[in-house]
Amino acid sequence: MYPKVLPLLKGIISCGFPSPADDYAERRLDLDELVVAHPEATFYVRVTGDSMNRAAIYDGDILVVDRAQTPAHNNIVVAILNGAFTVKRLYLKGDTVYLLPANPAYKPVRVESGMDFQIWGVVTYCIHRVR
Amino acid sequence: MKERVLALVDCNNFYVSCERAFHAAIQHTPVIVLSNNDGCVVARSNEAKKLGIKMGQPVFECEQLIREHKVQVFSSNYSLYADISARVMSVLSQFTSRLETYSIDEAFLDLTGLSLEDRVEFGHEIKARVWQYTGIPVSVGIASTKTLCKIACEVVKQEPQYGGVLDLLRFSEADIDVLLAKVELRDVWGIGPKYTRFLENYGFRNAKDLKYADERWIRKYLTVVGERTVLELRGICCLALEIARPTKKGIMCAKSFGRDITSPDELQEAVASYTARAAEKLREQDTLASQITVFVHTNAFHKDEPQYSNSFTIRLRHPTSFTPALIRYALAALRAIYRKGYSYKKAGVLLNHISAGDSVQPDLFGEFSIPEHEQQARLMAIVDAINQIYGRNTLFFAAQGLSRPWKMQQHRLSARFTTRWDEILTIENG
Repeated sequence: MYPKVLPLLKGIISCGFPSPADDYAERRLDLDELVVAHPEATFYVRVTGDSMNRAAIYDGDILVVDRAQTPAHNNIVVAILNGAFTVKRLYLKGDTVYLLPANPAYKPVRVESGMDFQIWGVVTYCIHRVR
Repeated sequence: MKERVLALVDCNNFYVSCERAFHAAIQHTPVIVLSNNDGCVVARSNEAKKLGIKMGQPVFECEQLIREHKVQVFSSNYSLYADISARVMSVLSQFTSRLETYSIDEAFLDLTGLSLEDRVEFGHEIKARVWQYTGIPVSVGIASTKTLCKIACEVVKQEPQYGGVLDLLRFSEADIDVLLAKVELRDVWGIGPKYTRFLENYGFRNAKDLKYADERWIRKYLTVVGERTVLELRGICCLALEIARPTKKGIMCAKSFGRDITSPDELQEAVASYTARAAEKLREQDTLASQITVFVHTNAFHKDEPQYSNSFTIRLRHPTSFTPALIRYALAALRAIYRKGYSYKKAGVLLNHISAGDSVQPDLFGEFSIPEHEQQARLMAIVDAINQIYGRNTLFFAAQGLSRPWKMQQHRLSARFTTRWDEILTIENG
């Protein structure tokens, strides 16, 4: 039978001397391990617009959203507000919830009881293309 | 013996809920999802149910309702639903490893022996976590048998006072009977429309009647399935959890065409494509098939046109998952049943006699060669890997055709938000 998984390094040299690195072979780094804490709760979204520029979230960036995180004060969150998705900083003051942009050109929003408001997930990483 | 404790976790209006998770504007509006080819309604939001849109109703019948009430309509986005389903099941497995994925949107959990202070609270925890992690609302029905769990889930969905979780084990026998009296026969798990008519002829009206059916009558008139249902209604567990899913019995790929097909070439392309997809599924679960059935039929709704349906089965000499070989057999089977002069509506390919991928045996006469088998397996592994990375049908077989004019119509398909980088949710964050 053919093997289902090929060992990455060990034993692939069938003749000659064994590699001196054999015993030190390790699994290569995987970005998922760093940014995905809860695979079943992790979603990716793309943002357009500049309302979060000062939080280093720029037009076209991809955000890692972890719904397993409980939203807390000062987290950047994806929220549904009055029928639209938005990415803002969650600001809790007493019983009042604010959604703060990170760009002085935009106004903060105070969430009123009559609004259709839902926190969709907590932003944990931002993937920004550098070139 | 300890009392058995089972829970059914059932996703509410699952396909609709998947769409809602990625469409902010439709959280409280009527939403429906259509079947393959956008033919019938297969999922409805509660708002759409209230409008009177029925399950399975042809969409053309509800066009006026859709326009008047601005009902959001989606084609079935199975790529999305499959991924969200896998996420839900993964969250559920955090609560117990004794879990049976019963369908795309339902799972049974065996909670027997868990020392739970409060089962209802546990149910709410499950509900809350699935909602938080995946955005899918669920109902939880707890009881001593699967059949009762199903009933508990139905009750919970209709009666909001339970808050989405119902534990029948806390009910007295008399209270359970009150509930059962409200459950129609056709809504009892395992009782189909035909069985319902049969039972009604004997004076049964609801689940409670069935529960208290006379023993001798049961023996005499009911099948094993019927008898089992009666026992399950009495709280006697007859259906254990199928935790280790047995290897699939058969793999089917069958679809209605976007339009009726008369050309034999197009029919061949469709059958080849379905075979390729079925073979892919076969390899996904690391299995081989040694029987292939092809079937075709005309459109039964076009009563003025001549009707024809047929199927043909070929027993393969050796089990295989090699797409070119399976396509060759499938097309041979198709040639055996193809008749000129008909408009075909649907074709399908069924792979059967499934065995584990490592169970091939060389035969005595050397017709079957292990090296060749391995070479084919490696080739298929490469094709599958490429298609997985670059998208389905990046590499395909010429027999599948290029333009595929017969393909499913899905005019209202949403994006594959969780399986394609170029289709992820975009948030306009001005």
